Amino acid sequence: MSDSDVAPLETAYGVQHHVTRADAPERPAHEGGPEMVQLLTPEGERVPHAELDAIVDELSDEALRGLYRDLVLVRRFDAEATALQRQGELGLWASLLGQEAAQVGSGRAMRRQDYAFPTYREHGVAWCRGVDPVNLLGMFRGVNHGGWDPNEKNFHLYTIIIGAQTLHATGYAMGVQRDGDVGTGDEQRDTAVIAYFGDGATSQGDVSEALVFAGVNNSPVVFFCQNNQWAISEPNEKQSRAPLWHRARGFGFPGIRVDGNDVLAVYAVTKQALDAARTGQGPTFVEAFTYRMGAHTTSDDPTKYRVSAEVEVWKHRDPIERYKRWLLTTERADAGFFDAVEAEADELGTSVRERCLAMPDPDASSMFDHVYADPHPVTAREKAAFEAYHASFEEVR
Amino acid sequence: MAATTLTLAKGITSGLRAAMERDPKVVLMGEDIGKLGGVFRVTEGLQKDFGEDRVIDTPLAEAGILGTAIGMALRGYRPVVEIQFDGFVYPAFDHIVSQVAKLRARSLGYVSMPLVIRIPFGGGIGAVEHHSESNEAYFAHTAGLRVVACSNPHDAHWMIQQAIASDDPVVFYEPKRRYWDKGEVGDGPDGALGTARVLREGTDVSLFAYGPMVKTCLQAAEAAQEEGRSLEVVDLRSLSPLDGEAVLASVRKTGRAVVVHEASTFLGLGAEISAMVTEEAFHHLEAPVLRVGGYNVPYPPSRVEEEFLPDLDRVLDAVDRSLAY
Ligand SMILES: Cc1ncc(C[n+]2csc(CCOP(=O)(O)OP(=O)(O)O)c2C)c(N)n1
Repeated sequence: MSDSDVAPLETAYGVQHHVTRADAPERPAHEGGPEMVQLLTPEGERVPHAELDAIVDELSDEALRGLYRDLVLVRRFDAEATALQRQGELGLWASLLGQEAAQVGSGRAMRRQDYAFPTYREHGVAWCRGVDPVNLLGMFRGVNHGGWDPNEKNFHLYTIIIGAQTLHATGYAMGVQRDGDVGTGDEQRDTAVIAYFGDGATSQGDVSEALVFAGVNNSPVVFFCQNNQWAISEPNEKQSRAPLWHRARGFGFPGIRVDGNDVLAVYAVTKQALDAARTGQGPTFVEAFTYRMGAHTTSDDPTKYRVSAEVEVWKHRDPIERYKRWLLTTERADAGFFDAVEAEADELGTSVRERCLAMPDPDASSMFDHVYADPHPVTAREKAAFEAYHASFEEVR
Repeated sequence: MAATTLTLAKGITSGLRAAMERDPKVVLMGEDIGKLGGVFRVTEGLQKDFGEDRVIDTPLAEAGILGTAIGMALRGYRPVVEIQFDGFVYPAFDHIVSQVAKLRARSLGYVSMPLVIRIPFGGGIGAVEHHSESNEAYFAHTAGLRVVACSNPHDAHWMIQQAIASDDPVVFYEPKRRYWDKGEVGDGPDGALGTARVLREGTDVSLFAYGPMVKTCLQAAEAAQEEGRSLEVVDLRSLSPLDGEAVLASVRKTGRAVVVHEASTFLGLGAEISAMVTEEAFHHLEAPVLRVGGYNVPYPPSRVEEEFLPDLDRVLDAVDRSLAY
């Protein structure tokens, strides 16, 4: 990798941000390469960073412990959902196991007025936005197609069509610009948008088109790519010849690769990108280099296409373990704290399970509701016929 | 090929294999079709045997898959494209309806588009959204495309080979909830691509169906027989072109028709069949052509999909209504 690859990138307005360290440790490509930003090693040692340390230093010890709590609770929620799927309570589940730091780090970097556009695996981001985790189960249980009001927590509905949401995020950001909610200096007002997508999604035309629109409009949007190395059975090299973060440059804005298993680094990098967006410096492409520890979804069998040795390597980069070690060695948290989080995770698991089981099936005739805003004669007639048909069975009984 | 028992999915696999052995220009393209063998394992083992140049794991990009397949076809290849699920074909829609469908006509016949676009379709498997759609009417509405749907292992095996052999582009629908149904695969296709097939003779009412609903209609005919009713079941197989002669012959015999499909009835295949029968066989009709299908709503969450999908009761209810005229 030549020096020019890690040189500062410039926005259309000549503003520089995301300057990668000159003293980056040598790291082979499969570990993210020398350019990858990392603040915590897999062993839990803090790596100093000239620019990003200030962002981390702003976090109180309580906030730092909060990140740990998020990581653990989100993992527990995900484990419970996986178990519920195995027991037939969910039709499908897309696990985030291994990607907790990428989601919590970025999710906690957002402000209240920011808006997130997820794909279908962002349970950890939803958690940070304050979406009730049980709402995330509805779609996978088959009782609804969404289940929450996106505008309540500024967290859009899950999007299954790969990459589509990156355009929605960009359009939302274009709206933010038109509303003048960028670069006012008012912390409560300036707004950034973040679009989540996977490494596979970068192949979609929609994603390239989103990068085009965001670039030419200098829109306040952060493209947050969780590179978990696999798109179902296809590894990165089937999707892209170049490192994903390099893409940004061709669209006219900065790209950066961050250790997606390092919650501090993800937090700092995302915060910087969101701040750049809301102050009018335009988009950033963040590639969170991470790993999907489990199957793609519960209907997938990863043993068909990947070797267990690879999974073992990534186990040693676990996002929770390294962070716990750092909290312990720096005496920011003690055994009592970890026990309390564990207990809270148990409670969350139990309550999620109970509330999932209590989730009723929808009334079948509700499928005719909310299809149109104004009355629609075809749908109205079909609903009436549907209800009459079902009533005829009631009478027979 | 000697008669063997296969699942519908493996019927397609063996059909693909035969076509690839016969013609080195046949290439498969799609997401996860290599090592994984596709999410439904329809291409299982083919990459191992034919190599990565002929069984191509593509990037995750439907427009890209179809667009490059067009180029490969222009270069003399016969691409067989797998769309992972029905709801994911839309990113490629533009290439299919604007390019694939029109290139022959625009080039005055100089250019062929011998493409096959395989789409697992329909619901009933408890999936999340975008995984249960029946979008055949969009393609059947587009001139220049042939649209077919198989319903059993035998047809699946032969129809895929016929589709690949066709110099026209073929949208090939596979009933995903019937993938695991087993049946005998015999020698040779029963009829040319584009023809319907009478699967059960009857005299009282004709049931017209395709893909996943064929089995439902056969079951309905079985149940009706116990009540002394004789239903004829016609597997349309081809949606564009429709085998009009087969449809009309059946209606002329029974005087009654019920069309069954999972897609919304509004502007669905049933509407076309109803119009055709009314125009061509009006005087043979004892009752209006009835339709049983999905509603004019987005495909619902899986917990209520059974209420959306036509079932035995709804088919028999329509039969009752037809006979009541
Ligand atoms: C347009 C479209 N094509 C195909 C699919 C099927 N599909 C669902 S997830 C997936 C892989 C996605 O990989 P990636 O973008 O890397 O995200 P990850 O699931 O790994 O987080 C595929 C092919 C889809 N949902 N949408």
